[in-house]
Amino acid sequence: MSARANSLLLGLAALIIAAPLILNPTGQFGGTDDAASEVVTSSHPAYEKWTGPLWQPSKEMEGLLFALQAAFGAGLLGYVIGRRHGRSGK
Amino acid sequence: MHIMEGFLPAGHALAWTCVSAPFVVLGARSMKRILAERPEARLNIAASAGFTFVLSALKLPSVSGSCSHPTGTALGAMQFGPGIMAVIGAIVLLFQALLLAHGGLSTLGANIFSMAIAGPWVAFGVWKLAGRLGAPAALAVFLSAFLGDLSTYLVTSFQLALAFPDAQSGFGGAFAKFAGIFAITQLPLAVAEGLVTVVVMNALQARNVQVEGAKA
Repeated sequence: MSARANSLLLGLAALIIAAPLILNPTGQFGGTDDAASEVVTSSHPAYEKWTGPLWQPSKEMEGLLFALQAAFGAGLLGYVIGRRHGRSGK
Repeated sequence: MHIMEGFLPAGHALAWTCVSAPFVVLGARSMKRILAERPEARLNIAASAGFTFVLSALKLPSVSGSCSHPTGTALGAMQFGPGIMAVIGAIVLLFQALLLAHGGLSTLGANIFSMAIAGPWVAFGVWKLAGRLGAPAALAVFLSAFLGDLSTYLVTSFQLALAFPDAQSGFGGAFAKFAGIFAITQLPLAVAEGLVTVVVMNALQARNVQVEGAKA
């Protein structure tokens, strides 16, 4: 597929991700994991959590670790695509 | 799609761990075999792992007003079969459980089953089926990533509904409730993941790099 088709697809994906922020600017945008946990707690108030996380990062640390995870993944992916591109250019 | 630590009864947590463990072991064997037979696959496996690392770290907004993340597991499943994604997905989920308190060790088996086993198997099945039906490669890639992503979240809803059936409406009602949270949020994100996966698959396949099972 052409570079133009690729840009079009990426643009469309970006639009899908950006749309909620424009359509629903006052939205909470909390996590679905938390929403599901809340449903469990409210529908089964008798359920007792029998274990908890060993370690809970602070909000800032969580941001750092998520960024590291994404950076590591993007680095790997970029390296491979870059190598392919470089090799084929010869 | 993470089920948080402690949010599955011990019996369920143990059962999902037992179900998932063999897939991870067989996946590790499959990865070893692929690497022995085709050492050049190393790079594309790394790229597939990278893709899953990135996508599962991105919490994206959705029209439902909440956030969720794509899974990125279809890319590797299409190229190398679903087995290797059990291993890669397990590594990602372990990282998130230990360092981010997202998901947990007790729920690791259940989370591996939804994201690293069910999703990739659906993605692989859709990819093969679409290819057999003669769908264009780009469409096959899109459908595979889209349905693989969505199925992960439906399985999570299934797992939670099984553990926490509704007092009145039972399993069905609980499933509808959890799917309402997960699947509705996920729908647009799964479309976006499908589109991005088509682009990345193109980039990996470009310049005559043969991808197993690919037509284009």
